[in-house]
Amino acid sequence: MSPEFVIALTAALAACACALAGVFLVLRRMALMADAISHAILPGLVAGYWMARGPNVVAGFLGATAAGLLTVWLTEALTRSRRVKEDTAIGLVFPALFALGVLLVSRFFSNVHLDTDAVLFGEIAFAPLETWRIGGRDLGPTALWTLGGLTALNAGFLALFYKELKLSTFDPGLAAALGFAPVLLHYGLMGMVAVTTVGGFTAVGAILVIALIIVPPVTASLLTDRLPALVALSVAVGVAGALAGYGLAAFWDVSIGGMIVTVLGALFGATLLLAPRKGLVAQAVRRARQRRQFAREALLVHLATHEGTAAEDRECRPAHLQEELLWTAAMADRAVAEAQSAGLVAPVDAEGHLHLTDRGREMAAEVSRK
Amino acid sequence: MNLLRDLFLDYTLRNIALGAAVLGLVSGVLGSFAVLRRQGLMGDALSHAALPGICLGYLLTGSKAPLVLMLGAGVAGWLGMVLILRIVRHTRIDPNSALGIILTVFFGFGVVLLTVLQKRNDAGQAGLDKFLFGQAAALTQEQVVTMAALGGAALLVVLLLYKEFKLISFDPEFARSLALPTRALDLLLTSLLVVAVVIGLNTVGVVLMSAMLVAPGAAARQWTDSLGKMLGLAAAFGAVSGVAGAILSVTAERIPTGPVIILCVTGIVVASLLFGSARGLVWEWLRQARHRREMLAALAGGAGAGGGGTAP
Repeated sequence: MSPEFVIALTAALAACACALAGVFLVLRRMALMADAISHAILPGLVAGYWMARGPNVVAGFLGATAAGLLTVWLTEALTRSRRVKEDTAIGLVFPALFALGVLLVSRFFSNVHLDTDAVLFGEIAFAPLETWRIGGRDLGPTALWTLGGLTALNAGFLALFYKELKLSTFDPGLAAALGFAPVLLHYGLMGMVAVTTVGGFTAVGAILVIALIIVPPVTASLLTDRLPALVALSVAVGVAGALAGYGLAAFWDVSIGGMIVTVLGALFGATLLLAPRKGLVAQAVRRARQRRQFAREALLVHLATHEGTAAEDRECRPAHLQEELLWTAAMADRAVAEAQSAGLVAPVDAEGHLHLTDRGREMAAEVSRK
Repeated sequence: MNLLRDLFLDYTLRNIALGAAVLGLVSGVLGSFAVLRRQGLMGDALSHAALPGICLGYLLTGSKAPLVLMLGAGVAGWLGMVLILRIVRHTRIDPNSALGIILTVFFGFGVVLLTVLQKRNDAGQAGLDKFLFGQAAALTQEQVVTMAALGGAALLVVLLLYKEFKLISFDPEFARSLALPTRALDLLLTSLLVVAVVIGLNTVGVVLMSAMLVAPGAAARQWTDSLGKMLGLAAAFGAVSGVAGAILSVTAERIPTGPVIILCVTGIVVASLLFGSARGLVWEWLRQARHRREMLAALAGGAGAGGGGTAP
């Protein structure tokens, strides 16, 4: 396997694992728990190393995961005490744990290489270099095994508890009433996020992991309301961002992780603007169309009300629309012009009156009936 | 006594202590509003969002003067804040996700810019990332003065608009009905958070900044129900942890200042949660235990009397 291929595959697998872990996290509006967990695992990592008397991967992994779950539990306990709000609780817990971790590192492990920069930025470029050896046999890059395993684990968790997660996310009350153990599910989900964060950050860095967990599901949620489609699209967006980001990073020779996140941001921005139904452009177009339709209906009903009455001379003049319907001159002109071109209103007659056409009259009657 | 003398005379210690005190005071006051307005994690997002601004500030001016970097950080942080507020207002994306997206995307873009700078092979860029991770020990007098000026300006705004800020924090609907420009005030109050973040980045760093903002306010809230007192207490808690962290970190070897400050302020939070005079948990536990005892006593008394009555 060429190094380029290994890096691309690592990035794609990281995107899969993270997107799978992120879908329900984002749906439960807890996206920032990923951020909190990824920082708070530092003391757990240190504690794991300390117990194993050296940078042992398994011990570090267990310690870090435990610290991640501790973060979740502390945040919840603080929120439940009703002394602080949830956002404040998160903001208190993870910096405290991170500070503890930094302190432990600089006090006791200054000789062990545990660079906080490296933790945050990560170096996916090193992915091909570290290989997994058992008894002298080279089994390939460690990162591939880690992220492949995480992808399988997360996919398995979602497949096994899909129904339970779905119900407890969208209707926690019903899920509890049906005996779905929401607390257990919650910690299962958080455990999945913690394990993914821990496994991911050693391979690709904490910031990239958080971005891959949060950005693809949110982007996908702008495109669909159906859960299976949401999961599939999240994975697709994540993988697309990872591969495109890697390509661009290689082209410009800049940070791979940073470029992947930047591309994901661009994908999110483009989707936010252009998504078919929920995009900002589509929303603006829809609002403008509704405004125009409302203006036309108001005009038709107004003309129909006063047609052939004594007040016709005063009411059915284009200029009167401004005071009657509180329109600006431009709005009135546009509404009249559009109604005329649609064949609903006849051109202004010799006396300066607006008249409905037969079709306009029909439509006015229809609107009034509604 | 030596320590006390050093605090006033030793250049490094004086700068660290003064810088940390300024930071604690300013972020205590500004963070209190964030705590009340459920923007506790805004500081975390804004401090990460500052990275591309720091890089661009250096890229455009070629200078690493604190004011240039702070300005760059401030502009990027402010832009991130505006985007977060807009996403939350105009879409159905929840605030947590909006914060997370802006945080990671801005930071990721900043990392890209950092590698661009590194590639240009100019030695001047070295240490830009240090600005982000905080190195209180290297604070210069120039930086401390800049921090104090910026923080003083932010506090002055709070003082001048105290009544308005109070109203939009507790009853935005009422503020709107009084025809106050609530959106402008909202934007201004959140913008002040950017000032606190810019001041703090250099001292405690990007990760710990979020605690520096929420912790003093969260602790102060446990002692009082009055906003004025809460702001005063939060400022005091922040400043005290800053100075205590500075002193502790110089007395022992190999102890970084930022984390110690955060652990000090976290200690104050824990103590306040337990013993705060307004909402302390210990007082509630004691009250509950007393009620339980009284109830049991009453039940036992009642049961005894009733039992006597119905016994054959």
